[in-house]
Amino acid sequence: MTEFFEFFIRILPDLMKGAGVTLLLTAEGLTAGFILGLSASLARTYANKFWRGLAVGYIEIFRGTPLLMQLFLIYYGLPGLGITFSRGLCAFLALSLNSGAYQAEYLRGSLLAIGDDQMMAGRSIGMSRVKTIWYVILPQALRLAIPAWSNEPVSLLKSTAVVFLIAVPELMAKAKSIAAQTYDPIGTYIAVALVYLAMVYLLDAVLRWMERASRIPGFEMEGKKA
Amino acid sequence: MSNPILETRNLTKIYGQNIIFKDINLKVNEGETIVIIGPSGTGKSTLLRCINLLTANEGGQVFLDGQEITAKNYNEDKVRQQIGMVFQNFLLFNHLTALDNVMIGLLKVKKMSKEQARQKAMEELKRVGLEDRASHYPGQLSGGQQQRVAIARALAMDPRVMLFDEPTSALDPELIGEVLGVMAQLARDHMTMLVVTHEMGFAREVADRIVFMEKGSIVEEGTPDELFYHPKNERTREFLWKITELYGKKEKEQSATA
Amino acid sequence: MFSTFFSYIIQGTAITIAVTLVALPFGLMLGLAMALIHTYGGNILNRIAAAFSLLLRGVPPIVLLFILYFMLSSKSFNLSPFWAGSFSLGIVSSAYQMEILRGALLAVGNGQMTAARAVGMSRVQAVQHIILPQALRLAIPPWSNEVSIVLKDSSLVYALGVPEILRRAQQLSATTQQPFLAYGTAALIYFVLVFATNRALDYLSERTKLPTHS
Repeated sequence: MTEFFEFFIRILPDLMKGAGVTLLLTAEGLTAGFILGLSASLARTYANKFWRGLAVGYIEIFRGTPLLMQLFLIYYGLPGLGITFSRGLCAFLALSLNSGAYQAEYLRGSLLAIGDDQMMAGRSIGMSRVKTIWYVILPQALRLAIPAWSNEPVSLLKSTAVVFLIAVPELMAKAKSIAAQTYDPIGTYIAVALVYLAMVYLLDAVLRWMERASRIPGFEMEGKKA
Repeated sequence: MSNPILETRNLTKIYGQNIIFKDINLKVNEGETIVIIGPSGTGKSTLLRCINLLTANEGGQVFLDGQEITAKNYNEDKVRQQIGMVFQNFLLFNHLTALDNVMIGLLKVKKMSKEQARQKAMEELKRVGLEDRASHYPGQLSGGQQQRVAIARALAMDPRVMLFDEPTSALDPELIGEVLGVMAQLARDHMTMLVVTHEMGFAREVADRIVFMEKGSIVEEGTPDELFYHPKNERTREFLWKITELYGKKEKEQSATA
Repeated sequence: MFSTFFSYIIQGTAITIAVTLVALPFGLMLGLAMALIHTYGGNILNRIAAAFSLLLRGVPPIVLLFILYFMLSSKSFNLSPFWAGSFSLGIVSSAYQMEILRGALLAVGNGQMTAARAVGMSRVQAVQHIILPQALRLAIPPWSNEVSIVLKDSSLVYALGVPEILRRAQQLSATTQQPFLAYGTAALIYFVLVFATNRALDYLSERTKLPTHS
């Protein structure tokens, strides 16, 4: 037990560098994914047939196929069409597109719940559709989506682990090189698992704080009724 | 008689295979309170929504102050600044306080300054008796209070006409009074009002004219006296007596001695 | 060349399906056992099951895959990458299935247990004949979601060298020099697999629904 502990302390600095990249990838993917997901679910709910179809297509494809496959398609497949991106960019694109599709689904549920009635109320005082979506529907739908949406940051954090397969230097990549150097794969990967656990725990705590901070008195109950 | 402030001509609404209402001709004069009554499902709510263009129509026109608002390129949003609406389910903006609910239209649609908007909003809240609830969220208010805030929200836009779609139907009985009270005061202040309701007491006391609608058309219209005591149409008589029976024998006795 | 292409794809697809078909039932059995332990075991067992769930769900599947693979393919077990990978996926999935089944067991509720015991059944009989049949039905919608997830996660065994769809696509991309075609085909196959599975499970969900008085 103690030798594992010593081992762990020894490789920790290296692992931390990798963890930093992991967190960065998560933050970037989450943000870009949010913009994509929001756009897609708004398009799906309020736009015309063309944009709606595009949104549905995007969501179905990126939720219906594995992240790893999407990653490979972008990194190995696109160069076949003459489009080459750097490793980092490929990872970012795959993670964002993937996360966006899942986030779109979370938002769709709450947009539907809030939707029609509040749209009518906003329009009844002379607000345009766009203004109503921005000032009335989104503030409520986003809040309502928080509990379900909180699954996404943690899920994304765990998903980033696969990008080591295209040699992006995040936590898993570090683990692989350490395992090769120390000839102790099991020990290394267990150490890595512990670091992931710590990150997930922290992320979860932040999310729960966010949920509490954004509460509106009486609102969740209204939401649930709808 | 000067021109009506609100008028519908041959207004028709068809949904799929169903004719909701056909060729409705209604004239509302400035300062009048018109109450629309009739069995549920006869399109009274839909009629209101066609008037403020929340729902499209399949025929006919609506005129506000002589202007045809159903014309092709007429700005719908502008129309709704002039025609206010109060819904059965209040439909307050749940993420905003009572004050913000009233203010938001002033800020984002009328583009007032924050100070001006706040002042006007507080005035309207005072008007409905809720200035001390300004910083409460809808979830913290009773149904009657929520509906009064909804009325304030609509009034804040200074509309020419106010539409009320069964404003008390979703309220507990003891809360109905406070809302009807606000509406009655509005009528006394000469607001032009079009009210769909089952509250016969209100109709009798406050309406200048009552319109009885059934199966998609206007069966009869007239003053409360005319409709309640001298209805011309058999259906009108039937309907009114059935309803007043529900609301207590007192009404029948009072009219018998009238 | 087309026939090689085709056979590679078919073989890859078969392996992917096989991995899923090993991982899922294994995960179900393990998950069900853990769910029952958590719900009906004593305090200590309850905590162990909870820890099991938290650990397995808080770590990326691929990390767990590596750990379990190295453990299962070591000299003591000597499993091939296919079996080590499939069982590892099953173990990972069992934690999520445990949560799904736990939710379903809770949804069935205490009342049913009380009623069963009131007619003289033992706890075991109650669980077997009364609680589980209802819980399993309730669990079908979220479980269908898990099936899709396992199907997609099967792609992770690529990292263990198992010749599933992605590995095959990579080989094809090398031989045909058409990477987009190769990976695009893989994408199409995954999409069809997931889509078909979802439809099939929706159908199952409809067929096994308990009739309500509507």
